[in-house]
Amino acid sequence: MKEYRLKLPLTKEIIDNLRIGDVLYLTGNLYTARDAAHKRIENTIAEGGELPIDFKGKTIFYAGPCPTKPGRNMGSIAPTTSARMDQYVEMTFKLGMLSMIGKGDRANYVSDLCKKYGGVYLLSIGGASAMISEQVKSCEVIAYDDLGTESIKKLFVEDLRVIVGIDINGDVFQNREILKYKKN
Amino acid sequence: MKRIINTEDVIPIISGLVQKACYELSDNVLDAYKDALKKEESPYSRDTLKLLIDNAEFAKKEQIACCHDTGTTVIMMEIGQEISWSGKPLIDQINEGVRIGYRDGYLRKSIVKDPLDRINTNDNTPAVVHTEVVEGDKVKITAMPKGGGSENMGSFTTMVPGEGIEGVKKFVLDTVRFAGGKTCPPIIVGVGIGGTMDYCTYMAKKALLRPIGEHNSKPLYAKLEEELLEEINNLGIGTLGMGGTVTALGVHINYFPCHITALPVAVNLQCHASRHATAEI
Ligand code: SF4
Repeated sequence: MKEYRLKLPLTKEIIDNLRIGDVLYLTGNLYTARDAAHKRIENTIAEGGELPIDFKGKTIFYAGPCPTKPGRNMGSIAPTTSARMDQYVEMTFKLGMLSMIGKGDRANYVSDLCKKYGGVYLLSIGGASAMISEQVKSCEVIAYDDLGTESIKKLFVEDLRVIVGIDINGDVFQNREILKYKKN
Repeated sequence: MKRIINTEDVIPIISGLVQKACYELSDNVLDAYKDALKKEESPYSRDTLKLLIDNAEFAKKEQIACCHDTGTTVIMMEIGQEISWSGKPLIDQINEGVRIGYRDGYLRKSIVKDPLDRINTNDNTPAVVHTEVVEGDKVKITAMPKGGGSENMGSFTTMVPGEGIEGVKKFVLDTVRFAGGKTCPPIIVGVGIGGTMDYCTYMAKKALLRPIGEHNSKPLYAKLEEELLEEINNLGIGTLGMGGTVTALGVHINYFPCHITALPVAVNLQCHASRHATAEI
């Protein structure tokens, strides 16, 4: 298990050297977007409109938090099931996104896309939402406020722990690991 | 003698229950995590299980949601037949309890008004409410916030009776294998066998409320639960799908008589955030 402490945004150079199973502690800005925000971005592109954020080099976090309790920096937050965003991966790669954080397996074509665009899929821990909220130091709604939990938010995280799930070679962490323990 | 309850009384009870369920995992669930940690061989899954234990303890201490997906609110009520209700419609008061609980508890609102036009109701209502009429003059209310990740991976089939136990096993295993890490394992696998399509899925959901470690009282089903648990853990999925020797904490089967032509089987999956809280009035 290799461990790295990295600053966001992750540069192309850093991403090229990441391999599945590496554990990263990320510090810097992330942007949340899930189903509804992706859908709106897709519609905006189709209509030739202007996007509310520039995806270049950004890390997208598939997450929709709880409201923030007074006295805390952030409501409970953790990744949602990434597979629902599979259909938008090529779109966001084309817009310049280089890394995405979520949970769970993805369609096979997502690893092909990581290879093609030189991007990575990072795994955070689904349901560890109270602990992960501790890693978020600030949160600001950037776009689509009307979507509530599904709006695009800029988060500043400190030492957010993630595991490389798909690397630029298109290798898939879960496929490798599950084979080690599979008995039937 | 009839006992009269004003429906208003359920409002604070339900708002309290949804918050308690979202903030505090039960000792039963925590003990199951700890037990899983002893058995788990994968270093990635072990690290993650430790994090989940810390997460549960931290959420309880801070009184915040342990998982951000505070779910569809499933409310199960066992209503004693001696009860008579007064006041506004019960269903409205249940939803008022959910509304207040989610608003004041800083819980996520995850319900859209219409499955196709998808506008958020912004208060997590309406709840999905199941009622059963039972003996006595008490009302037992259980709130079960059910997250999307695991709920979305459940399945139902009606087999031909000849497929029998082997058919049931294959269906359950295929469901869990297909769900993989999407359901946030370690999971509890709720299985309904028999009844009708609707009742079968209801049994599978109710099975999730059974404490981990308890088996069906009928030996045939208890044995099937044990066998399935072993085979599921042999799939190697592990915590959050990161590979490992523990994929499920338990398999809970409920059964019901059924039609001569049918063998209905439903699987309802429960992620590691197994949340439910119960009160009695
Ligand atoms: S599947 Fe369960 S633990 Fe995972 S995000 Fe959904 S509610 Fe939370």
